[in-house]
Amino acid sequence: MFDSARLAQILHAHEGVEGPLLPILHDIQESFGHIPEAALEPIAEALRLSRAEVVGVVGFYHDFRKTPAGAHVIKLCRAEACQSMGGAALQARLEAALGQKMGETKNGVTLEAVYCLGLCACAPAAMVDDRLVGRLDAGRVDTIAQEVRA
Amino acid sequence: MKVWVPADAAARACGADEVASAITAAAKQRGVTVELIRNGTRGMVWLEPLVEVETPEGRRAFGPMTPEDVTALFDAPDSHPKAQGLTEEIPFFKRQTRLTFARCGRIDPLSLMDYEAEGGLAGLRAALARPPAEIVEEIVASGLRGRGGAGFPTGIKWRTVLGAKAAQKYIVCNADEGDSGSFADRMLMEGDPFCLIEGMAIAGLATGATQGYVYIRSEYPDAIRVMRAAVEAATRAGILGADVMGSGRAFRMEIRVGAGAYVCGEETSLLNSLEGKRGVVRAKPPLPALEGFMGRPTVVNNVLSLAAVPWIMAHGGAAYNAIGINRSRGTIPLQIAGNVKHGGLFETGFGITLGEIVTEIAGGTASGRPIKAVQVGGPLGAYHPVSEFDLPFCYEEFAGQGGLVGHAGMIIHDEGADMLALARFAMEFCAIESCGKCTPCRIGAVRGVETLDRVAAGDPTALPLIEDLCNTMQLGSLCALGGFTPYPVLSAIRHFPEEFTPMREAAE
Repeated sequence: MFDSARLAQILHAHEGVEGPLLPILHDIQESFGHIPEAALEPIAEALRLSRAEVVGVVGFYHDFRKTPAGAHVIKLCRAEACQSMGGAALQARLEAALGQKMGETKNGVTLEAVYCLGLCACAPAAMVDDRLVGRLDAGRVDTIAQEVRA
Repeated sequence: MKVWVPADAAARACGADEVASAITAAAKQRGVTVELIRNGTRGMVWLEPLVEVETPEGRRAFGPMTPEDVTALFDAPDSHPKAQGLTEEIPFFKRQTRLTFARCGRIDPLSLMDYEAEGGLAGLRAALARPPAEIVEEIVASGLRGRGGAGFPTGIKWRTVLGAKAAQKYIVCNADEGDSGSFADRMLMEGDPFCLIEGMAIAGLATGATQGYVYIRSEYPDAIRVMRAAVEAATRAGILGADVMGSGRAFRMEIRVGAGAYVCGEETSLLNSLEGKRGVVRAKPPLPALEGFMGRPTVVNNVLSLAAVPWIMAHGGAAYNAIGINRSRGTIPLQIAGNVKHGGLFETGFGITLGEIVTEIAGGTASGRPIKAVQVGGPLGAYHPVSEFDLPFCYEEFAGQGGLVGHAGMIIHDEGADMLALARFAMEFCAIESCGKCTPCRIGAVRGVETLDRVAAGDPTALPLIEDLCNTMQLGSLCALGGFTPYPVLSAIRHFPEEFTPMREAAE
């Protein structure tokens, strides 16, 4: 939940930092799970920016969420190294098992694409919440689908 | 009993944490005292989790380990089915020239004692004894070129920053390693973080910069954690701070985290992002060396460029320059990935051929099927067919073949690869990641996807349009994202024309 005292704390902690906006946005997302609409104006005021500038920055980066993610987040790599090891077929399998497409949040699970986790020599790879998984195959994909739905 | 289990992200993704727990549990059960060290990876990723055990002859390797394999590690190590012999005698490892990655996988990444015992800080000490201009000339003499992909001479960049007059200058390390097939930056930051810190401190001394930033992509949480801990430890030890190793000179460092934008690997876009703006590309000039972070003189170097610096300062620029071919000097940490039998990091002098790397060292594909193409240099690099396997690995030769070395990642594809789908993906990726500043990239990539879909649908008029579009993107884009996306597309068309003809549909 949004909490203006926590936001004030975050803004205060970044006083004197060079280029503070990204670190502030990361901390806000860490605290609230997304960048709440109500945070935009106070950020703009603290950094002497226009609200539009803050909105522009939030919208530019794939990481910043306008709404909270599901309780579980699966980031499946779609980049070339993972494709070379059958990543596309595993993506289709995972989408079918979860009943949702990449980019969707459903039943508390967010499924999204990531473009490289740096695990290209043990591809295909994914990140399930904070856990990295390499050498994905059909069996591992099924296990992940079961875990996040449990 | 001294045992190493890597905490590198690739090892963890393959179950290293579970193996480490199993070792601790088995030791406890047997009443054996085990000193368990979580090292970086040796880079032989196909063997991860690679467990090492200390013996009088040297460290013995076992891998790829599972928790079930742990019991035999204690009971019958000599006949262990996963025994690989002495780690440093494994041919993949033995054939390398490890300068930048000399310590990676050998030491506890956050132990400064280990770091110094294996040659760490010798470069910084050498630099502290010399005036800035001499440090810069040593780097110029080494022939080191930007390992991020652009290949600009590192020493020349430093010389420009040294010559710039300003109250505040910066060293910015580009650790936004977004290229698929690349993981050397991540591996170094997780396995030998002090090496990067030392390189940055030397860059600071050489140019008069007193503040450094490492911009790490958010997809690398382990690297971020290790680098933050290392900066803290180095500051506590007086290697960073107001008085670098008692020299009276200042250099401070801070870790910054990206937010999932591939284009921020482009240096001017990275600087905008670091300043808290949208990561759009800046037009050059002005060069970042003169007007970079906050409009002040800034060195922007890749992780691998900066991590090569301590070795060069400790051993001399001439020693580094003695390795390599043409104007590609020193070593290049190759990253062999994708559909490959022996994937991992292989550091070697420039000049080795693509075929030697892919077939001899990497052993061909993981699937066992013939190789179809190797994409070198990330999503913006060309696809090279087997007929180009005699290409020596260096900046000039790859540029001559309509390709690029890039960050030296290579992705192997077997004969099952669909080249039209891969070409389409190149355009799709460019469309997703375009910063939107210039039209050829922003609009061109979208049109590229649409037009390749027309090719797939059998439209014979579409292919000439693709060639024309690629020409516009190549010549008209502001940065390498739009400018190089045509490389994978055009190389796929050139080498595999049969997959782009209207006959394709009919044949299927």
